[in-house]
Amino acid sequence: MAKPARPRAPRAAKPAATKASPATTGGAAIPVIVETATIAGEEDAVFALRSLQQAHANNRRYDASDAELLHFYEQMVLIRRFEERAGQLYGLGLIGGFCHLYIGQEAVAVGVQSALKAGHDSVITGYRDHGHMLAYGIDPRLIMAELTGRAAGISRGKGGSMHMFSTDHKFFGGHGIVGAQVPLGAGLAFGHKYRDDGGVCVAYFGDGAANQGQVYETFNMAALWKLPILFVVENNGYAMGTAVKRGSAETHFYRRGTGFRIPGMDVNGMDVLEVRQATEVALDFIRAGNGPVLMELNTYRYRGHSMSDPAKYRSREEVQDMRDNHDPIEAARQELLKRGVTEERMKDIDKKIRQVVAEAADFAENSPEPAMPELYTDVLVGTY
Amino acid sequence: MAIELKMPALSPTMEEGTLAKWLVKPGDTVKSGDILAEIETDKATMEFEAVDEGTVGDLLIAAGTEGVKVGTVIATLTGEDEAAPAPAPVAAPAPAAVAAPRPVAAPPVAAPPVAAPVSMPAGTAMVATTVREALRDAMAEEMRADDRVFVMGEEVAEYQGAYKVTQGLLEEFGPRRVIDTPITEYGFAGIGTGAAMGGLRPIVEFMTFNFAMQAIDHIINSAAKTNYMSGGQMRCPIVFRGPNGAAARVGAQHSQNYAPWYTAIPGLVVIAPYDAADAKGLLKAAIRSEDPVVFLENELVYGRSFDVPQIDDFVLPIGKARIMRPGRDVTIVSYSVGVGLALEAAETLAAEGIEAEVLDLRTLRPLDTAAVLESLSRTNRMVVAEEGFPVCSVASEIIAIAMEQGFDHLDAPVLRVCNEDVPMPYAANLEKAALITAAKIVEAVRKVCYR
Repeated sequence: MAKPARPRAPRAAKPAATKASPATTGGAAIPVIVETATIAGEEDAVFALRSLQQAHANNRRYDASDAELLHFYEQMVLIRRFEERAGQLYGLGLIGGFCHLYIGQEAVAVGVQSALKAGHDSVITGYRDHGHMLAYGIDPRLIMAELTGRAAGISRGKGGSMHMFSTDHKFFGGHGIVGAQVPLGAGLAFGHKYRDDGGVCVAYFGDGAANQGQVYETFNMAALWKLPILFVVENNGYAMGTAVKRGSAETHFYRRGTGFRIPGMDVNGMDVLEVRQATEVALDFIRAGNGPVLMELNTYRYRGHSMSDPAKYRSREEVQDMRDNHDPIEAARQELLKRGVTEERMKDIDKKIRQVVAEAADFAENSPEPAMPELYTDVLVGTY
Repeated sequence: MAIELKMPALSPTMEEGTLAKWLVKPGDTVKSGDILAEIETDKATMEFEAVDEGTVGDLLIAAGTEGVKVGTVIATLTGEDEAAPAPAPVAAPAPAAVAAPRPVAAPPVAAPPVAAPVSMPAGTAMVATTVREALRDAMAEEMRADDRVFVMGEEVAEYQGAYKVTQGLLEEFGPRRVIDTPITEYGFAGIGTGAAMGGLRPIVEFMTFNFAMQAIDHIINSAAKTNYMSGGQMRCPIVFRGPNGAAARVGAQHSQNYAPWYTAIPGLVVIAPYDAADAKGLLKAAIRSEDPVVFLENELVYGRSFDVPQIDDFVLPIGKARIMRPGRDVTIVSYSVGVGLALEAAETLAAEGIEAEVLDLRTLRPLDTAAVLESLSRTNRMVVAEEGFPVCSVASEIIAIAMEQGFDHLDAPVLRVCNEDVPMPYAANLEKAALITAAKIVEAVRKVCYR
């Protein structure tokens, strides 16, 4: 089952100063982690690996101004309305093939990417990529036109839902092979380090991709070479239709970097301010030259894995509970109301977004398909 | 009786080596594990250890002697239990033996006759260079010219290259640009590909292309397809290089030619040079290319010397085949190590009065179809020689091209000469039987010439 609501007791909490020798520790109540600290010379490493979780626990939520929170709200609403419309267009046969919607996970992309330096830091993700593009400020019309396979699409209609890129924005895809974006992202991070440009790469992947071998090959090299990369596991509870606990021996994904000395952070991915704050902690660590961080963002996808999902693997009630009680957009809305932002102001935003999405859909529907010669272009760059 | 110490084979492909240095002298007592000499192979300088205990008798090959055949007796050792007054009486005085090394047959490497690589300005000096050195020179030159170029792979830095191809690069360019990776092909191929997408120009070395199977997803799905899928936005200027094809006696998992696999993929450039000039000129072109390039080398030719033109910036065009030997009766199409066999076959055939043209494809994708058809239009007969499996091979593709576009020029069916359609066996006799040979090419040519 999904874990967004699970209590996030700070499991670390063992100060470095405390030497965890059997004589001074209290037996049964000691968490497992302390036992490993008894291994000679390991205390510092254990503390370092836990320190970010501790920093996160100390200050969980980003102190956003009203304007910032409104902006996050607007971006999340944009992603949701965009995805809803994409779902409709799929139903109408205007979008083909695979189409993976981001509804429910909006706080992740918005929270993480709001902490980045747009156009400087790189972002790479898997095939559920529409939300990350919108969160990076890429024109919704170009994304929607790609979904409908039109010449005006961001990949000229040749990539589709899973293969979209904007090198101008330093958004590097949009990759269809589960897990492939993880080493590719490490390659982007390698480039930042090679050029010494101070940039960081964020590589998103899901709880399903987290079981791919190449992810761990990458963890090893990223840590070995101290690459400036933030690994973000978007744990939405299901690898396609396989619940996390049915596919993963270790379901706490943030722990999976420990064997590579990569500090992990366990974060509520349904709260945009918590995501943002955690990302800042991680980025500070990375930008200081300490190498990678692994963040697990617990989130939930309301829609099926793709448009052809039979949804037999989870109950309607479970989905409804998440929508009713953990929705990131509703939470942001309530918080804004509490801060005194008016209902009208938010309605204006909603209206504006509906307009933006309607225009994107019109554009995508009415743009011409690629011209036939496009079939043969972009295979190779050079002429030989 | 004295134990004969023979020149050891220190790699699967070593046939001869240089006796770089003796670390013992006659009369020294040695025990198992003591280092007797340093021997330089085509890949590395290795230490030659004593296996038996005893007293060093004669040193029969002087230090510094090159081209010492594997199996040549280089020294003698007297067993401990034999009351051995140092050098055996039959032997000449030791110093004399050292001073006058037995005339070791060190023939120039038996490379077939080679045509000039490309049309050069008159008076261009040629320098004998091994393929290994040519590849290294190409990388070093491009790294000097462009800071975005770097090399990564297993043992490319401190070890100096598993096959010594990256020798000296670490020293010149440092660890920022010459990067040893863990043994993790899928991972580092992905990291290289991502670095290329981010604007660098990686050279990813696979210790052999057999191991690139672990990484083929990134070569094909990530590197080859992204430019198309992004509508031309996201380029991937990367070179994947390393030895490909059968080496010698390393069994099925280390002996495959993957050229047909990569050649099948739109979005890739695939290059498989034969000689040193092509290795250099084409590798430089590959590094400069905006496209992902699979650069297939061959271990068996790494150590062969060929003429390389002494030109400041020797770059060859990708996608152009080359006539290695002109002929009018039949065309033998080949690439990589097969070219050497084809040239050997052509030599034999010439003695029988058949003038075979040898066409080296050099680039497999994009394929120089025009050159294949042009040669066919003159000779009207064709044989394709390929060191690799016959089924769905580059040879199959050449035959299809001849059928589809050159049918009117054909006076005989096109034949292919490949390895046998079996995994590579280990036993020496079986391996020999499995591999393409010049004799098999000669046989096929006779058939298409109806001789």
